[in-house]
Amino acid sequence: MEVKEVKILSAKFDIKNAHKIETAKKHGAYSTLDKLFSMKPEEVIEEVKNSGLRGRGGAGFPAGLKWSFLPKDTGKPIYLTVNSDESEPATFKDRYILVKDPHMMIEGIIICCYAIDCHESFIYIRGEYTSQVEILQEAIDEAYNAGYLGKTVDGHDFKLEVTVHRGAGAYICGEETALLESIEGKKGQPRSKPPFPAVEGLYGCPTIINNVQSIASLPFIMEKGADAYKAYGTEKSAGTHLFGISGHVEKPGMYELPLGLPLLQVIDTVAGGVWKGRALKGVIPGGSSTPVLLPEEAKTATLDYESMAEHKTMFGSGGIVVLDETVDMVELVQNLIAFYHHESCGQCTPCREGLGWMLKITEKILSGEGSMADIDLLRELCDNIEMKTVCVLSAACTMPVRSYLDKFRHEFEAYIQTDPSPHKKQEQASP
Amino acid sequence: MSDRSQLISTGKPFAFDQQRDKEFERLAKRYPIRESMILPSLWLVQEQEGWVSQESIAYIADRIGTFASKVYEAATFYTMYHLHPMGKFHICVCRTLSCWLRGKQEIVDYLKDEVGIVPGQVRDDGKYSLEEVECLGHCGTAPVVQINGKFHENMDVEKLKVLLTTLQ
Ligand SMILES: Cc1cc2nc3c(=O)[nH]c(=O)nc-3n(C[C@H](O)[C@H](O)[C@H](O)COP(=O)(O)O)c2cc1C
Ligand code: SF4
Ligand code: FES
Repeated sequence: MEVKEVKILSAKFDIKNAHKIETAKKHGAYSTLDKLFSMKPEEVIEEVKNSGLRGRGGAGFPAGLKWSFLPKDTGKPIYLTVNSDESEPATFKDRYILVKDPHMMIEGIIICCYAIDCHESFIYIRGEYTSQVEILQEAIDEAYNAGYLGKTVDGHDFKLEVTVHRGAGAYICGEETALLESIEGKKGQPRSKPPFPAVEGLYGCPTIINNVQSIASLPFIMEKGADAYKAYGTEKSAGTHLFGISGHVEKPGMYELPLGLPLLQVIDTVAGGVWKGRALKGVIPGGSSTPVLLPEEAKTATLDYESMAEHKTMFGSGGIVVLDETVDMVELVQNLIAFYHHESCGQCTPCREGLGWMLKITEKILSGEGSMADIDLLRELCDNIEMKTVCVLSAACTMPVRSYLDKFRHEFEAYIQTDPSPHKKQEQASP
Repeated sequence: MSDRSQLISTGKPFAFDQQRDKEFERLAKRYPIRESMILPSLWLVQEQEGWVSQESIAYIADRIGTFASKVYEAATFYTMYHLHPMGKFHICVCRTLSCWLRGKQEIVDYLKDEVGIVPGQVRDDGKYSLEEVECLGHCGTAPVVQINGKFHENMDVEKLKVLLTTLQ
């Protein structure tokens, strides 16, 4: 298999000023709209279903299928919210679309809205993306001025408003129902499901939530057709993905690749291999919430949804983190739990209190004060917290933590047996 | 972390300036309910004043036509809203996974020494404030530092030294 970058979504990323509408149009932006409006909305949904496009926000839910869950003729408006919260650690792909080719995403919004009969769309962008939100807003203003948004779209009898809503520093607002609460002006606390947003979402109306990259994949599917999209990737994981490779590699960065490539070969050939000539200790395949792979497991893993599931981990957001031999896995676990604990919205006790408890135990182990029973307790907490909460943020913490406990248990034990705490050593030295 | 429940009173009434007033009215038309203006209004306040005071919360509630408690709830939940004045240069260092793997601790330690404050503090002279924040979405160019909203990627102590001299 050839391990090589492809340029579908990133086709315009290297073109200077492609974020400006004149340049973007010269390179094909908005050229699919005539075709779009000549089709029936159901045909558009069918085409997207056939393309095999799966949601790129992390869960990989088929995009066209989600759209078809919208109830018909409720008399209520239908909303589209584009998820640009991009806060899962190790995920940094959507921002390239926002900054390098925002018109591709706006065109995608038009395609999606036409397909689902939506006339009002909100883009939820994380508050830290300061220059990114400016570029995005300029692009939207340009699209309005050029007649692609507003009372008509490209001269067609179709009204579409697009509004950017800025978050303000809360990872949990990436969770789709917390995101809706946030647009409604509330704390970002996820809602119980059902009802699912497709039935009762923003302002109580049917709502579709899609990731930036999912939406930005639509113009290619419209232009070239479902089969052209499916030609990339594997049977169940169609198309290409913007992979973010970070951590201990020589060439970290964002790379567009077809799905299905061998993980280790991608790390070696695309990202330059483990840095400083060091040995590989583990790979996090799809953002911090996905279970870690040992080097021997990584050998057989390919970058697609099926293979990651077979390896008892997840494709997630395609944020690959490479860990070299020097990484202290207990410290890593502490860093991870601290993140999820900090970002818990606080409404479920197992998540709010449980993650705090896990953090304390890990810190106790790190300080050399831990016992073997603490390792078992951590493991037990993972089992007891998971799936007992309103949303899966808690599982996003416990699933990876369990993988480190199981695969690197000896490192936790070493902290207890060899007692690396200098403070304690001193105590023992002076009887 | 600083206490995110206490509001500070300036003792002076708050109002949007002309520019923000117009922006408020423009944005309010985009949403079907007024409460959706809570987050955008808090941003406008912070743009104008640098932080969110007790008076500004009362003003937003009044302007929107909602309870001050609702605005308070949002202001205290979302960590990017500052509930007290920050330094002229607000330095955020990412503490999360990829930045940690690529040396964020050296950067925090250097800043502690050089700037003389620990994360969560504002320096007495008001020049700097320091904060450790969670993943900033720039993990491929880790470690990253964000100063007054501007990203500085692939940071190391040497680059930071130079950068600090430019902050006047
Ligand atoms: C805690 C949590 C955080 C999430 N963060 C994001 C995010 O930052 N961006 C995103 O697109 N999806 C995120 N998701 C997934 C969304 O809930 C949702 O599934 C997704 O936006 C749907 O879009 P898609 O079908 O196009 O993938 C998150 C989910 C959870 C549980
Ligand atoms: S699991 Fe955690 S983040 Fe999710 S709703 Fe419960 S408390 Fe909030
Ligand atoms: S981990 Fe620091 S920017 Fe993502």
